Amino acid sequence: MIVELGHFALILAFAVALFQMVVPMVGAARGWTGWMGVAVPAAHLQFGLTALSFGALTYAFVTSDFSVQLVVDNSHTLKPMIYKITGVWGNHEGSLLLWVLILTLFGAAAAYYGTNLPPRLKARVLAVQSSVAVAFFAFILFTSNPFLRTSAPPFDGRDLNPLLQDPGLVLHPPFLYLGYVGLSMAFSFAVAALLEGRVDAAWGRWVRPWTLAAWIFLTIGIAIGSWWAYYELGWGGFWFWDPVENASFMPWLIAAALLHSAIVVEKREALKAWTILLAILAFGFSLIGTFIVRSGVLTSVHAFANDPERGVYILGMIGFFLVVPLALFAWRGPAMVSQGVFSTVSRESALIFNNLILAVSCAIVFIGTIWPLVAELFFDRTLSVGPPFFNASFNPFVIAAALALPIGAMLPWKRGRFEKLWRPLVPAAILGVAVLLLSYAVSTGESAMGPIMLGLGAWLVAGAASDLWQRTGRGKFAGRLSRLTRLPRADWGKSISHAGVGVAILGVAGLVTFQTEDIRVAQVGEAYQVGRYTIVLQGVDPVEGPNYVSRMARIEVRQGGVLIATLTPERRFYPVAGMPTTEAAIASNVMRDLYAVIGDPQEAGGWVVRFWIKPFANWMWAGAGLMALGGLMSLTDRRYRVAAGAPRASKPSAKAARPTRDGVPAE
Amino acid sequence: MMAPSRRLVWAAFALSVLMQPALAVEPDEVLADPDLEARARALSEELRCLVCRNESIDASSAELARDLRLLVRERLVAGDSDDEALEYIVARYGEYVLLNPPVTGSSWILWLAGPALGLAGLGLAVFYVRSRDTLGIEEAGAQALSDAEAARLSEILGEEAAVSDADPQRDKTPE
Repeated sequence: MIVELGHFALILAFAVALFQMVVPMVGAARGWTGWMGVAVPAAHLQFGLTALSFGALTYAFVTSDFSVQLVVDNSHTLKPMIYKITGVWGNHEGSLLLWVLILTLFGAAAAYYGTNLPPRLKARVLAVQSSVAVAFFAFILFTSNPFLRTSAPPFDGRDLNPLLQDPGLVLHPPFLYLGYVGLSMAFSFAVAALLEGRVDAAWGRWVRPWTLAAWIFLTIGIAIGSWWAYYELGWGGFWFWDPVENASFMPWLIAAALLHSAIVVEKREALKAWTILLAILAFGFSLIGTFIVRSGVLTSVHAFANDPERGVYILGMIGFFLVVPLALFAWRGPAMVSQGVFSTVSRESALIFNNLILAVSCAIVFIGTIWPLVAELFFDRTLSVGPPFFNASFNPFVIAAALALPIGAMLPWKRGRFEKLWRPLVPAAILGVAVLLLSYAVSTGESAMGPIMLGLGAWLVAGAASDLWQRTGRGKFAGRLSRLTRLPRADWGKSISHAGVGVAILGVAGLVTFQTEDIRVAQVGEAYQVGRYTIVLQGVDPVEGPNYVSRMARIEVRQGGVLIATLTPERRFYPVAGMPTTEAAIASNVMRDLYAVIGDPQEAGGWVVRFWIKPFANWMWAGAGLMALGGLMSLTDRRYRVAAGAPRASKPSAKAARPTRDGVPAE
Repeated sequence: MMAPSRRLVWAAFALSVLMQPALAVEPDEVLADPDLEARARALSEELRCLVCRNESIDASSAELARDLRLLVRERLVAGDSDDEALEYIVARYGEYVLLNPPVTGSSWILWLAGPALGLAGLGLAVFYVRSRDTLGIEEAGAQALSDAEAARLSEILGEEAAVSDADPQRDKTPE
C-alpha cells in the first residue's frame, strides 16, 4: 500500500511539475502576478510529493518488501540497516529518484530563499527548474519505475553489490548528486536571464551562491569517491580517469570556472555572455555525466545497445536542454553587453585566464572520455584512452594554473602593475623553488613531475597566505594581525580554497613520487623491514560479519622497536552476491599512510602481504576538504547573508537584493 | 545464520579463494633484476586489462592480466626493448590494449585537440582583453580624466543610478 502511495505521489509530483513549468512562464510573459506567484507553492508541493515518494521507497527497502522488484534486486534481509537505506540509491531507478528529489529540493529552496528576486525573474527561474524536473519525472515513470511489483515475491533478495556496502558509498552519491543537480539552479538562472534579456551585477550575485553550493557538494562528493577507491580497491589508487569519474570531474571544472566568472559579473559587469554560457554548459555536463553513468555507453557500445530506451531518452534530454538554451543564447547573447573596462594586467584578465584553463581542461577530459566511442564509430578503430593520455594532456594545464593562481589572485581589479605585485610574493616563490630543488635532490630521479608538483604545492599554499596577509594593509605587525581576524569571510574563503588546491597537489605529488611498495610472501611470526618500519604478520583468523565471512590478518608495525600500529586487513566473501572483496587496513597520520593488504595463503606456507608507505596521502583529502571549507566560508560571507534593503533583512538569506558597496570584499 | 549453513558458507569461501585469481602483482611474478622489474611495472601501467573496466594490468586481479604481466616480463627477460615488448603485445591483442593511444592516424586529433583549443582560447582571450583595455591606452597621458573618460564615467554613473532607482520598487512588488 505504501509503495503504491509512493508511486501515486510521484505521478502527482509529475503533474505539479508540468503545471509549474507552464503557468508561471506564461504569467511572466504576460505580466500576470497571480500566475507568476503560483510557482512558489508549486515548488514546495513538488518537493513534498517527491519526498513522500522517496520515503515510500525507503520504507520498502527498510522493511525488506520483496514484492517490489527493485528491493529484490538490491537488498537482503541480513544486510545491515544502513546499507538497506543506501541500497535505495545504489541502483539505477533509486538513484534517479534521489536525483529528482534533490532537483525539487533546490527548486523549493530557490522558492523559499528567493524573496528578494524580482517576481518575473523568480517565476521564470522556477518554471525552467520545473521543466528539468518534468523531463526526469517522465524518465522515471516511463522507463525506470522503482515501484514496480513482482508477481512472484521471493523469500529473500539478491543483495547489494558488496563493493557498494561501504561507509564511503553511503555519502558519495548524495553529495555528488547535490553537486550535479545544484548546477541546475545556475542553469535555470541563466535561461531565465536569457528570457529576460538582462544580466547585471545583481544577477551575478544571485547565481553565485547556488553555483558555489553545488561546487562544494561536488568537491566533497568527488573526494569521498576518490577516498573510497583508495581504501576499497586494494592498492591505493585514487583516481583512474575512468569515464564515470570524468563524468563528475567535468561539471566540477566548469562549475569552478563559473563561480569565478560570476564574480566578474557581480563586481565588474563584464563577461556576462560567457558566464551565461558556462552556466548552461555546467548543467549540460551534469546531464552528460548522468548519461555516461546511466547508459553505460562508454563501458561498451554493446551495453548501450542492450538497453537503448533509457540511453536514447537521456540523449534526447541532453539534446533538448543544451540545444534550446544555446539557441536562446545565440539569439539573446549578443544583447548582454559588458560594461566594465579593464587593463590587460588586472584581476579581470586573471580570471579570464583562469576560465580559459578550466574550460580547456574540461574539453580535454571530455574529448579523452568520448574518444574511444568516436574512434569506433567514425574511424573504425577500437582503442583505449587511459591515464597516460590524461596525465600527459592535463598536467600542463594544472602546472599553468598553479603557476598563475597566486599572481592572479593578488592582482587588483581594473588595473594592476606587476612591479607592485611581485614583492609580497617573493617569499612564496622562494619557498616553492626551494621545495622543488630539495625534493629533486632527495628523489630517486625517476620522474621530474613529483618535485615540480611539490614545488607548485608549496608556492600555492604560501601564495594563498601572502594574499591574505596582503589584505591586512600596511602598518605594524600587531595591527595587521588583528585586522586579519576581521577580514570578510569571502577573503578567508578564497585563500583557504586556493591553499586547498596546493595541499591537494602536495598530496598527489607525495603519493605518486615517494611511495614505497613491498609485495612478498610473509611467514606468520617472521619480521621483515620496509623502509623504517618492521613488519610482523601475527596471524590470519576467520571472522564472521553480518552478511559476509572474512579472513582477517593481524599485522604489527613497529618503528624503532615501538609498536605503532596493528593493521587488520581482510578478505571478505559475500555469499549471497557470491563476490569477494578486499578490505585494506590503513594507519594514517599527517606525514604518511601505512597501507596493508592481505592476499592468498601459499602452498609452501605463509601469506601474500602487500605493504605500502604512502607519504602525504591524507593531504589529498585535506586539500579537497580545504577547498570545500573555503567555498563554505565564501558562501556564508556577509554580502550573501545580509540582503541590504531587503524586506526581510533579519532572515538569513542566500542572496542579497542588490549590490552593496559596504563590506564588499575583493575576491 | 544457522550452523549448517555457516559451514556451507565457509566452504564456499574456501572454494572462492581457491578459484579466485590472486590480487594484482604477485610475489612469484617479480623479477630478480630490479631494473627489469621496474621497467615491467612501468609497461604494465600502460597496458589495459582486456576483461576489466578501465584497469591497467598492473592494478588488475584478473587471470588474463596476470598472463599479460608474465608475458611482459618474459619479453623483457628475452632482451626486448620497451617498445618491442609493447609491439609484441599489440600484435597479439590489438591497439585496444594500449592505455596510451599512439599518435597515429586519427589519434592525432585526440592529441592535438587540447593544445589547439588552449592556443585558440588564449588567442580569443587576448583579443577580448585587448579590446577591453581602453584604460591602458590613456594611462600614459595625464592623471586627470580625459573628455572621453569623463563622458564614460557619467554614463556609468547614470546607469547605476537608474538601476538603483528601479530596484527598490521591484523589491516592494508583492509576491
